[in-house]
Amino acid sequence: MAAIRPSGIYDVSYEQDMALVRTPALKVAAVAGTVIFFALPLFSRDSPLGLEIVPLPWLGTLNRIGITLISVQGLNILLGYTGQISLGQAAFMAVGAYTSSILTTHFGIPFWFALPMAALTAGAVGLIFGLPSLRIKGFYLAMATLAAQFIIPWTLKNPLARWTGGASGMEVPLPTMGNWVFNSDQSMFYVIMILLAVMMLAAKNITRTRVGRALIAVRDNDLAAEVLGINLFTYKLRAFFLCAVYAGVAGSLSAHYTRSISPDGFDLLDSIWQLGMLIVGGAGYAMGPVFGTALVRLLREFATLITPAMRDLLPGTLPFVDVASVDRALGPVFFAVVLMLFLVFEPRGLAYRWEILKAAWRLRPFAH
Amino acid sequence: MADVVLFGKPLFLAVQWLITGLLVGSIYSLVALGLVLIYKASSVFNFAHGWLMLVGGLLCWAFFQDQGWPLWVSILAAFAVMAILGLLIERVTLRPLIGQPVLTTIMMTLALAQLIQGIVMLVWGANPHPLPIFADQAGLPMPPLKLPTAALLGGDIIMKVQLLCSFVVTALGFGALTLFFRFTRTGLSMRAAAEDHQLAQSVGLPVRRIFGLAWAIAAVFAAAAGILQGAGTGLDPIAVPTMALRAFPAVLLGGLESITGAIVGGLAIGVVETMTSGYISTSAGQELAPFLVLMLVLIIKPDGLFGQKRIERI
Repeated sequence: MAAIRPSGIYDVSYEQDMALVRTPALKVAAVAGTVIFFALPLFSRDSPLGLEIVPLPWLGTLNRIGITLISVQGLNILLGYTGQISLGQAAFMAVGAYTSSILTTHFGIPFWFALPMAALTAGAVGLIFGLPSLRIKGFYLAMATLAAQFIIPWTLKNPLARWTGGASGMEVPLPTMGNWVFNSDQSMFYVIMILLAVMMLAAKNITRTRVGRALIAVRDNDLAAEVLGINLFTYKLRAFFLCAVYAGVAGSLSAHYTRSISPDGFDLLDSIWQLGMLIVGGAGYAMGPVFGTALVRLLREFATLITPAMRDLLPGTLPFVDVASVDRALGPVFFAVVLMLFLVFEPRGLAYRWEILKAAWRLRPFAH
Repeated sequence: MADVVLFGKPLFLAVQWLITGLLVGSIYSLVALGLVLIYKASSVFNFAHGWLMLVGGLLCWAFFQDQGWPLWVSILAAFAVMAILGLLIERVTLRPLIGQPVLTTIMMTLALAQLIQGIVMLVWGANPHPLPIFADQAGLPMPPLKLPTAALLGGDIIMKVQLLCSFVVTALGFGALTLFFRFTRTGLSMRAAAEDHQLAQSVGLPVRRIFGLAWAIAAVFAAAAGILQGAGTGLDPIAVPTMALRAFPAVLLGGLESITGAIVGGLAIGVVETMTSGYISTSAGQELAPFLVLMLVLIIKPDGLFGQKRIERI
């Protein structure tokens, strides 16, 4: 979708054309939005300001959305920009989570060093499982990532059980900086959101570089890309590496945020949910993962919210429903229905609709 | 021969595991048959097949245990409901996606899997349901069949009745499908549609109806596999679909479009799983071995043993 500028705004240099924020109004909005967003924890409980406007559960939800968003951004690079299907994203998150946990627990390395090392380890594992892309593509490559989704947790549970604690998982220490321990939602908010901002800017920037354009060429028509001189194999490997790095960062953050991990917390279901978030949000758009992750997480919270009401309501209207499992069943049902509706009616996702909306607003009153 | 030792375990155990592997593999073959049927007809890989198995088994449980109907009536009723369900799924979820890229159909079947999981939990709860088909009035399971090979191999070969039954059912299903595809009009038109949709339509074959029929037959096969699996180990909402996921390597090993390949692949994966469970550990056999086989197949021969070779330049 070509970006339509408001009248009076024109680009006289390449940097202006590539800039993320182009108009003065957008610049003001971006700065104001960032300030307000990063000030949110200060208006919550236990803050130095003493006010309590933002409820603490909201910060927890935002933290969880942030962590998943990092992983889905990585998936966007692999699926949205390079067009390769990956069913193993949760397994790469597990690699990052366990590497970070083992480094901080068994070797005493601070969290701030363990995080990049976890990301690189996850990237290396992603690279290994991307090697079949030399010979196979499309559906078969997706099956290779499905195999990764099972082989990696087994490897974490059994041969490496001495370090990982096996199937029962392990406890993870909190990040510390000098004397300050990040043991609350408010403090982790800053860690997660700053990392999220950095990773999102990096993902957006990748699309503006040569590598990003090559990845998009691989997605759009790989035969033509090969003819143009783009080495498909190395660029697909790069995409796998980047995707797994993002998953590693998300996994490491997740481990230190939830304080305990187990191999069963990173199973095929999580990979499917992340894929669903990406599709619903819009694969191939920079804001796609944001919309998708926010929508799906909010759906999950909504399902948890209406569970007590459903428990009372359902036996009356639908007597064959088993009341005890309503809380575990509503979430998947909502997610599945929303995903199916999007696949049938808007497979390009919410970000596409958002672009259409922005273009319609800028072009009014003209139709096109 | 009774004292030959193979890789640290006596020969008798190796033969026992081989036989059990072939029997367990027959259920994988049944699952793989359904998957191959759907892929052959409509080029869609049905990730939700394990959950269809679960629904089929639970329907049989509902009719047999809950309502108390006779066994054969419940099985046939479950088959009928599953056939209708297969038709419905094809019509509602996959018909609108004709012509879309492969990612969309994969995501649709994954979403379908989640939806069925949620509905199954809502209706039948999260607890396992036993399906005592091979049990007598008191609920005691049938004693396993024993081959008197003690003199030759050092022990009797034990075969569980439900596994033997699943082997027989799979063989019958394979025979029926082969006859169906070779000698009946509908079967031949399905094979034609599987080759080339547009060509089949131009000759006048009702391709969309063929899709629905393929899904209905595959759903019935899934129900049969679910009932047999439930008779063996109970209907657990988590364990049954996970077991079907292990049949995916079987499909790829045999070739995505080959019925013979589904049988061979399923038996091979069953043998690999049981042998690995015996020689290394159960978790290695169940979680690792089939997917290592999958990786090997994808790296060495992605089209499978019996699949059609695809020529791709890059």
